[in-house]
Amino acid sequence: MNIFGIKLPSMSSLILWGILWEIVGRLKLTFFLPPLSEVFSTLMQIGTTKVFLKALTETGYAFFAGTFIAIAVGIPVGILMGKSRLIDELLLPWVNMFLSAPLTALVPVMMVLFGFGMKAIVLTTTLFAIWIIVLNSRAGVMHINRSLVEMAHSFGASPMDAFSKVYFWAALPEILSGVRIGFIRAVKGVIIGQLLISIVGFGALFELYSGQFLMKHFWAVLLVLFGISFTIAEFLAHLQRKVAYYATQR
Amino acid sequence: MSNNTCDISNDNYAVTVRNVYKSYGDVKALKDLSLDFPRGQLTSLLGPSGCGKTTLLKIIAGLLPADSGEITVNGHPVTGPGPDRAFVFQDFALLPWATVLRNVAFGLELRGVSKSEREAIAEKYIADVGLCGFENSHPHELSGGMRQRVGLARALSVDAQVMLLDEPFAAVDEQTRRKFQEDLLNLVKHENKTFIFVTHSIEEAVYVSDQVAILLPRPSRVSEIIKPEGFRHKDADSIRRDPEYLDIVDRIWSSLRTYVE
Repeated sequence: MNIFGIKLPSMSSLILWGILWEIVGRLKLTFFLPPLSEVFSTLMQIGTTKVFLKALTETGYAFFAGTFIAIAVGIPVGILMGKSRLIDELLLPWVNMFLSAPLTALVPVMMVLFGFGMKAIVLTTTLFAIWIIVLNSRAGVMHINRSLVEMAHSFGASPMDAFSKVYFWAALPEILSGVRIGFIRAVKGVIIGQLLISIVGFGALFELYSGQFLMKHFWAVLLVLFGISFTIAEFLAHLQRKVAYYATQR
Repeated sequence: MSNNTCDISNDNYAVTVRNVYKSYGDVKALKDLSLDFPRGQLTSLLGPSGCGKTTLLKIIAGLLPADSGEITVNGHPVTGPGPDRAFVFQDFALLPWATVLRNVAFGLELRGVSKSEREAIAEKYIADVGLCGFENSHPHELSGGMRQRVGLARALSVDAQVMLLDEPFAAVDEQTRRKFQEDLLNLVKHENKTFIFVTHSIEEAVYVSDQVAILLPRPSRVSEIIKPEGFRHKDADSIRRDPEYLDIVDRIWSSLRTYVE
């Protein structure tokens, strides 16, 4: 964005919102919103405590384990669906159903199936992330230029080579955008899992701070969470831009 | 110029097509089609759209199965794609994420040739098609004509005896196209390969071909085989002014015009 001919860095509107937050906080309109500066100083205090670091590791572990499974299973399944009519017919209704279903309602089922521990939280994270990854990988493969497929075939590509040297790369822009949205959904999944299944990690901190009306602490943890998910999403968007040069002409 | 096809022994044909049928559902793409392709020469498949010329080329490539009939390449029946044939695609079919060097070497890569060896071969053909200095460019940085040179270099680098070209110059501009046609003539002269060339341009077919097979639709068949011989020895520039060249172009047009809506 340009203002008076000066190019502002992206996200600079956040500064404006931060100032507004600070003003509203200082006016003491509601206990719910302490000034942003106090939230940051609280963050500095709790950021190094054992409780916080433990919560961060637990959440990070569940998040990355969950998204890892979602990617490792979701991409191959999506590519198979894109390549095989039969598998597609079998799985597509389920994928579409889970994609639009209110997954929070399924969390109790995860508890029954996988217990009250980390396993259920990890799999809840996977449950939130995987469907969009499957669907985007499928769409990516389905839109591969027919001549690229014929080219691989005519030069005698083995199925494995065609998969790893042509199909995967040709579908990569769509796959990456699926992974990006999947990660954003996984943040939701991991917190909901930690709130509903067993009270650990950031979920436990949210529960603790909001229950005791420690709003500065509550906001501090929330800012960290926003920061992390924003960074991951931006990193993936960056990767996506790296392949964008060929996304338009495959 | 003659229409006789059959007084030469089978060894002189790199590719033979016998009684091939192919339908897409109710649509008959090819009906009892037979055609021979002389070794070391360029044969064009010429005809209006819908006459099944690309279908025939893809059947020879092994990319499409024929419903019935027999296709042989060097005496071996075709059951699928093979190292004896290389395909040049109308829309180039390059890997957009790979450099020119990797694209040209890709056919060899799929055949398991080592990296250093295949890159040495690829570099030779990149130079041959006039793309020296573009080895590390990506396809999106090249013009349409240059992209097709990459496609051509890829097909040449696998050293197949039979080159299958599916309207390779259809997506490039007219000037580039003319240059391509001249280059193709040189290629046929110097590479000892058999070329099968699909085109819908009469001038192009007559200009580059040793033999033009005219395919007609409804039902699809070979209606005529023309061998422009009189001006083959002439240089590239004077062919387009040669009276025989102009006569053949006219003759083909008069037999095709009834099929153009």
